[in-house]
Amino acid sequence: MSGVLVYSEQPPLTLQNLTFASSLGYPAAAAVLGPQGESWSEQYFNHGAQRVYCMDDPSLSGLQTDIVSEALCQIADHAEAEIVLISSTLRGREVAGRLAQKLHVGCITDAAKLRAEEGQWIATRYSLGGKTLSEQVLNSGRKVIAVNPNTFQAEPLASGVKGDVVEVAPRAAVSPVRIIEQKPKPDTGINIESAEVIVCIGRGLESEDDLSMIQEFADIVGGVVACTRPISHDRHWLPEERMVGISGKKISPSLYFGIGVSGQIQQMAAVLDAKVIVAINNDRNAPIFQNADYGIVGDLYQVIPDLIEKLSR
Amino acid sequence: MHIVVCMKQVLDLEKIRIKPDTHEPVLEGVPVCLGDFEKNALEQAVRIKESLDDVTVTVVSVGSPKLNKTIMEALAIGADEAVILVDPHVNGSDAMGSAIVLANVIQKIGDCDLILLGEGSTDEYSGQVPSRLAEILDLPQVTYARELEVLDHRIRAVRDLEDMLESVEVELPALVSVTQEINQPRLPPLTAILKAGKKPLHVWSLEDINASAEEVGTDAAVCEELSNLAPAKPRKEMIFDEDIDSSVNQALEALEQEGVLDL
Ligand SMILES: Cc1cc2nc3c(=O)[nH]c(=O)nc-3n(C[C@H](O)[C@H](O)[C@H](O)COP(=O)(O)OP(=O)(O)OC[C@H]3O[C@@H](n4cnc5c(N)ncnc54)[C@H](O)[C@@H]3O)c2cc1C
Ligand SMILES: Nc1ncnc2c1ncn2[C@@H]1O[C@H](COP(=O)(O)O)[C@@H](O)[C@H]1O
Repeated sequence: MSGVLVYSEQPPLTLQNLTFASSLGYPAAAAVLGPQGESWSEQYFNHGAQRVYCMDDPSLSGLQTDIVSEALCQIADHAEAEIVLISSTLRGREVAGRLAQKLHVGCITDAAKLRAEEGQWIATRYSLGGKTLSEQVLNSGRKVIAVNPNTFQAEPLASGVKGDVVEVAPRAAVSPVRIIEQKPKPDTGINIESAEVIVCIGRGLESEDDLSMIQEFADIVGGVVACTRPISHDRHWLPEERMVGISGKKISPSLYFGIGVSGQIQQMAAVLDAKVIVAINNDRNAPIFQNADYGIVGDLYQVIPDLIEKLSR
Repeated sequence: MHIVVCMKQVLDLEKIRIKPDTHEPVLEGVPVCLGDFEKNALEQAVRIKESLDDVTVTVVSVGSPKLNKTIMEALAIGADEAVILVDPHVNGSDAMGSAIVLANVIQKIGDCDLILLGEGSTDEYSGQVPSRLAEILDLPQVTYARELEVLDHRIRAVRDLEDMLESVEVELPALVSVTQEINQPRLPPLTAILKAGKKPLHVWSLEDINASAEEVGTDAAVCEELSNLAPAKPRKEMIFDEDIDSSVNQALEALEQEGVLDL
């Protein structure tokens, strides 16, 4: 048992993890569940998979966790995988836990980094609510590791491999969880994860109308407007994919403005990779100032217009 | 109908200091509290109890002896009774150990229609315990619920996923984890706090569920922590708190020097 089995319900993320697994020289296999198998296997081979396991069955169409984890358990046995590498999307981290329990093995979710040293896979994830980074290893024979999306870059191999496709028949029944409706969230086409400048607002902003002032400032500095959880999830002023934090998006801009943001650790933990952090807050004791490079203590309703005016000159 | 709410006792994260020289967190003496997402789970259970007849809510927690006191808050908020499994060894359990202990506790309580958890614990936020518990108890699971209603002997929930809201239905018994958006947890009134001490509190040990520390405690953990340190990213912490005009000028000058302001 030495192989790696890679799975995500989002095939582009599987390519990322395959690139990593094959770069280590481990025999890598990939699993595809549902009807997309045929169309992706070629790409999987190009990214280092020596074998692609396909399972297609109507019971898999809803991606319910019980069914998906049972399918992966079956495929992991077949592949004699020591490590199952999953993308830590919401569905992925949920599947990881259930699969790990089926296999009765250890699991790490939300790995922000992953490296292999002397045969040990060492994962780094946030701990203590984001205050610390914890390095962890799993000592069980098999291991399930769920890695954050975009931790690795997908790169096709220089010389293509030709692996084989293995069809596996499902043994799982239909999930008792019935899907009634799937309502897509609006896609605004803005991706804060790759933005170079982020202008993040928090509850210090008093009304939705004031977003236009923030947008004006963001336009001047070439930035994208992002927000804290209360702004997207409670007040609904911005879509949820703009929310920064451990339960939202992790960002790594070269310049980050936190405006009317207190800088609670669950939010700030996702900003620590920013090159320069600027805080604008009227409370000198706000925690964000301890994590900032530059801070302006003052009312954002005075500071932002002043910044806009000076930067527009 | 019987609802079990799983709540974790966690360190009050706001109170954790970081040693400036070693970046180690100082955990000694930090007070404990109940996890945030679990308060949403409990609130939802209490709302279901208030809207239907014959609902009992039991809160279950696995942790250190401090739970005897910490759990009072859950009883004050509206749980009918509490079962806590107290053992110094389970503080070092990993997700698998915690899930096994929780499963044993819930099985011993018996007759449970709905298990509610938080989407993640406030400290670890691994999201493993709900999945593992559902697997051990062989229950259907619905995670990341931001809406939840009980209809007859089934539930309907809306799951909050990255790109979609997914409405699902499932017959009871089932396990559900909730997000913070599902409700606004209440603060218990003083009278409820005073009455909480009179509600049934069952304190169990590992023996009561026929488990041993070797099987589920620190020694059984297959997830090993090599290090746990605050990220060493020194920030400049140059704070300008003069009048707005000169603070803004100084900040702009600094950003220009950093070369990050590309105008
Ligand atoms: C497990 C867990 C996970 C979480 N995950 C996330 C997450 O992913 N993302 C997230 O954002 N949150 C998350 N949270 C919530 C987080 O802890 C904070 O509650 C939240 O980030 C606070 O948002 P805020 O800074 O906008 O609001 P507040 O904390 O209320 O801060 C508002 C700030 O604005 C300042 N202010 C007010 N008026 C003005 C003014 N006129 N001018 C200038 N400044 C002003 C105030 O001084 C204050 O510092 C999580 C919490 C938990 C428990
Ligand atoms: N020791 C525990 N006691 C009771 N419930 C727990 C415990 N650990 C985790 N949980 C529950 O599982 C959820 C997810 O935790 P986690 O898997 O650690 O992110 C929490 O929100 C709790 O509802």
